[in-house]
Amino acid sequence: MRIKDVPQDPGILDDYGREICYAVDQNGNYSLAQSIGWDPKNVANRQAWQAIEKKIDKAREDILDGKLSPIGFYMVCNQMDVRLLAQYMGLYRWQVKRHLKPAVFKKIKVNVLEKYAALFNVSVDELKSLPDKPAMDCPSSP
Amino acid sequence: MIIDFKHTQSAHCECGVTANLINDAVKDSDQQLSEALAFGMGQGIFFGYLPFIKVNELPLTTFRCPVGKIFKSVTRALGIDVKWQKFSSVPTAMDALDRELDKGHPVGCRTGGYWLPYFPPALRFHFNMHNIVVIGKEGDNYIISDPVFPSVVECPAKDLALARFAKGALAPKGSMYRITRVPEKIDFKPALLTGLKGAAKSMVKTPVPFLGTRGIRFLGKCVERWPKKFGNEKTVLLLGQLIRMQEEIGTGGGGFRFMYSAFLQQAAGILDDPRLITMAEQMTASGDLWRRFAVKAARHCKGRATQDDSVQAMRQVLNTCADIETRTFKELLSIAG
Repeated sequence: MRIKDVPQDPGILDDYGREICYAVDQNGNYSLAQSIGWDPKNVANRQAWQAIEKKIDKAREDILDGKLSPIGFYMVCNQMDVRLLAQYMGLYRWQVKRHLKPAVFKKIKVNVLEKYAALFNVSVDELKSLPDKPAMDCPSSP
Repeated sequence: MIIDFKHTQSAHCECGVTANLINDAVKDSDQQLSEALAFGMGQGIFFGYLPFIKVNELPLTTFRCPVGKIFKSVTRALGIDVKWQKFSSVPTAMDALDRELDKGHPVGCRTGGYWLPYFPPALRFHFNMHNIVVIGKEGDNYIISDPVFPSVVECPAKDLALARFAKGALAPKGSMYRITRVPEKIDFKPALLTGLKGAAKSMVKTPVPFLGTRGIRFLGKCVERWPKKFGNEKTVLLLGQLIRMQEEIGTGGGGFRFMYSAFLQQAAGILDDPRLITMAEQMTASGDLWRRFAVKAARHCKGRATQDDSVQAMRQVLNTCADIETRTFKELLSIAG
């Protein structure tokens, strides 16, 4: 890649800075160039976020249908699965799976709820209610 | 308190941390270690397509060696002593970090990316392979030289604690490391030859078909089969994940190929061996092809693939990459002998 070909396609980096690219100058020598992003990368990242967004929508529906507890919503918002959430909580996977059931969720002890809330960075009250869909960090189209 | 530490932005976190930490420890009179040199000396370049290991339910493709290997290989090859520590409890790990900072030592830490608040929100995923250098503490905030950012950043103590004890695959368990001793005289030449040889071996001498340059051909074969095997929708997800692993997980471009070319150029100067310049040109050609592959894959993701972007055409591109790289690494092996 030549320095003049270093892509400058705006996307997800926004104001967070520039990334370093290696590219050759007219004499064929490598030097460092800054880039604000590259279209194929932006496409792939957006795709990853759309997959997360889909999971969040599904979790919201399941909660409204009474099939899932709000923990399931915060779990997917934090890109976790049952295994990862169990590791962060220091619980067994079957325990987390039970906590995902609305009936069991109502009976969870306060100290456990507080631990979930702290991990998800919300208050216990927020944890108990169905939250709005969060603003997604990745725009769906440029 | 902030340690006087020269922060240099890099394309990849581990090479950047390695170069920055070593340059901080050596004397001013010694030759500076660039990121590209650290990458090459550390045998960073690699390829592996491992469909039986899943990340987010999709197969793992790797363009680099396992995490930690670059730092370990470079320090070993240069005769630099390092102290590694892992911890089982958060307070002990944070106290140990504070003690080192009080003594004026910059400390390398392995962390998860998800919990670092200074990351762009769109890039905050759970991956436990990030490397940073902690260089100070002010109040409740740590001062961090994160090599992929243009300047030093601040991070609240509670977030750094979470990041150091991120869970999941390859959990860092509070890993921290620092340089304890550097030799009187640092000589890059033998270290460069060892690095060249090691990387070339892992690219062309691996006995299994999914690693090294054979792995590139294997990936091509799999890509060609994806639409028939999984259908269009899943193929698009697989290709998207592939682009992210190739270009987003910290590269110098083209799945690390451009950074490796830069390394070969610099090594040619130090070893005074013009043959390496030719090798660098070949790796650049391969990197350009890898980028072309990503463009084709992205067109699939956007639903705008033409005949030129068919999976057969993509396999062709990968096969050409494999041809170039096999030739290059075989020649490198004979040069480094």
